[in-house]
Amino acid sequence: MSRRETLSILAGALATAILACVPFLFGDYGLSLAINIVSYAVLATAWSLFSGPTRYVSLATVAFFGIGAYTTAVFAETLPWPAVLAIAAVIGVVVAAIVGLSTLRLSGVYFVIFSFGLAELVRQLVTWWEVNKTRTLGRYVFTDITAAQIYWQLLALAVLVFVVGFLIGRSRLGLALRAIGDDETVARHTGIDTTRAKVALFVLSTVFMTLTGAIMAPRWTYIDPAIAFNPVVSFTVLIMALLGGVHRLYGPVLGVVPLALLFEFLLARFPNHFSIMVGLVFILIVYAIPRGIAGLVEQAVRRPA
Amino acid sequence: MLLEVTLSGVTLGGMYALVAMGLTLQYGVARIMNLSYGELLIAAAFAALWFYSGLALSPLLGLLVVPPLAFALSYAIYRILLQPLVRRAKTRDALEVDSILATFGLLFVIQGVMLAAFGGAYYSYSFLSIPLHIAGATVAANRLLALVLAVVIGLGLYLALTRTRLGTAVRAVAVDPVAAQLVAIDVRTASALAFALGGALVAAAGVLVSMFLTFNANLGVVFTLKALVVVIMGGVGNLLGALIAGLVLGLVENYVAVFVDPGLTLAATYAIFLLVLLVRPQGLLGRSSR
Repeated sequence: MSRRETLSILAGALATAILACVPFLFGDYGLSLAINIVSYAVLATAWSLFSGPTRYVSLATVAFFGIGAYTTAVFAETLPWPAVLAIAAVIGVVVAAIVGLSTLRLSGVYFVIFSFGLAELVRQLVTWWEVNKTRTLGRYVFTDITAAQIYWQLLALAVLVFVVGFLIGRSRLGLALRAIGDDETVARHTGIDTTRAKVALFVLSTVFMTLTGAIMAPRWTYIDPAIAFNPVVSFTVLIMALLGGVHRLYGPVLGVVPLALLFEFLLARFPNHFSIMVGLVFILIVYAIPRGIAGLVEQAVRRPA
Repeated sequence: MLLEVTLSGVTLGGMYALVAMGLTLQYGVARIMNLSYGELLIAAAFAALWFYSGLALSPLLGLLVVPPLAFALSYAIYRILLQPLVRRAKTRDALEVDSILATFGLLFVIQGVMLAAFGGAYYSYSFLSIPLHIAGATVAANRLLALVLAVVIGLGLYLALTRTRLGTAVRAVAVDPVAAQLVAIDVRTASALAFALGGALVAAAGVLVSMFLTFNANLGVVFTLKALVVVIMGGVGNLLGALIAGLVLGLVENYVAVFVDPGLTLAATYAIFLLVLLVRPQGLLGRSSR
């Protein structure tokens, strides 16, 4: 392990320790803002875990997030909390495996199209099930989980996603994925089972999204399919990851913090024009900073040398 | 009953085919994966609604006005928003990723404008909703008219692409942009025209759809998805394939809606999509080049 890696691990541990104190330092508003930021940090980092190295744009974040949230809504009252999280993760894995196995052996565009409508598909299926079988639309989520506990769970998940991302970067899988991102044909010719590598990583990244949804669900107390599968979430995660920069593990977080604050402000001031403004911000990012803040930082560091 | 369902399925399928033809022009020729495509359809539907209930004019007049406007708008979008990406992209894959991202942003802008203007409510208007009796089945006149117009527009497009010089140039770009340049085809202009033509087609489909379907500001995404599925199913860049695949999708969807459950139509779309991916990913009439 190089000196630089040791330093970043220490910095990460220190940051986690400081962040764990947030519930004691700030009031309710500060805590809810922090929950928002950490949940998006997990989602954006998990998103770029797969989409960063492979360059396959996934538009399905909220499909998995929503699956997690709904699992909590259905099972939270009857099952112990760890069991709820486990069920959510399993459902997420199964859906991700179906999507991955059917599309990722083909070229990237099939994956994008499939992921584009996936949230809408799951939303309609859940709606259909609720209307026809349980005869309700919308559920109440009653748990005794406090906001601070949600925050700590999310923080633990964030640490986990970083550790997993760090380990992948050092593993054969990570090397295989970078090769796929550079040139998939070459990667296949050097003997990499590209489909298996892609599916494995896609499944892994979606597990984090599903768990985030499951953990976040008690925040709402009431959810229906339109809330749980809100396409704006997929979009927001995508913007945040891109602004931060997807080619570095720490990149997405750099995008999450400023944009979460900006969106908080925009939602409060312009609730009816939110998606217009977010769309404009997004287009601006795609054109002006294609390599994200992480890319800008690296450029600035490299220049004096 | 079966005949009625089939007839309305064919109408819907005709709309899907028209929408997919436009998308296959945009994706196959201009190489832009346009995720905001369906938003233009909904915008055109709102325009037709405004023609009918705001100006008390026939939506058919809208068919003369709205598609040319959409053509101009799409042309501007391509020249201003997308051409910088085309210039920046080093490979076709890079352009694909960039265009997906840019048009995904555009989707939220257009949808946001429509939501701010019309809210999330469903709209429809009653135009020519006269029952017609054909061979024992009952069809609304507006559906039949929409189908006939879709056929006329689709046929016109097909002839324009196969019988004119410009159409041939556009098809040549779809086959191979580099080789097209070698035989003195202006690839940029051809791409911009194809993109704009795609926009005009989807707007025409929007006007037609508004005559017999209820719609709201959120529905664009679903149309985009269905158009994408039809394009893949028919084979990218293949007009005839888009026509057949569109009809198949419309029919299957209508059968599922009537005989199984209307809440499962999108699931039916996805089932077809999965089947295509597993059995014939290059599309019904596509070549297995990629």
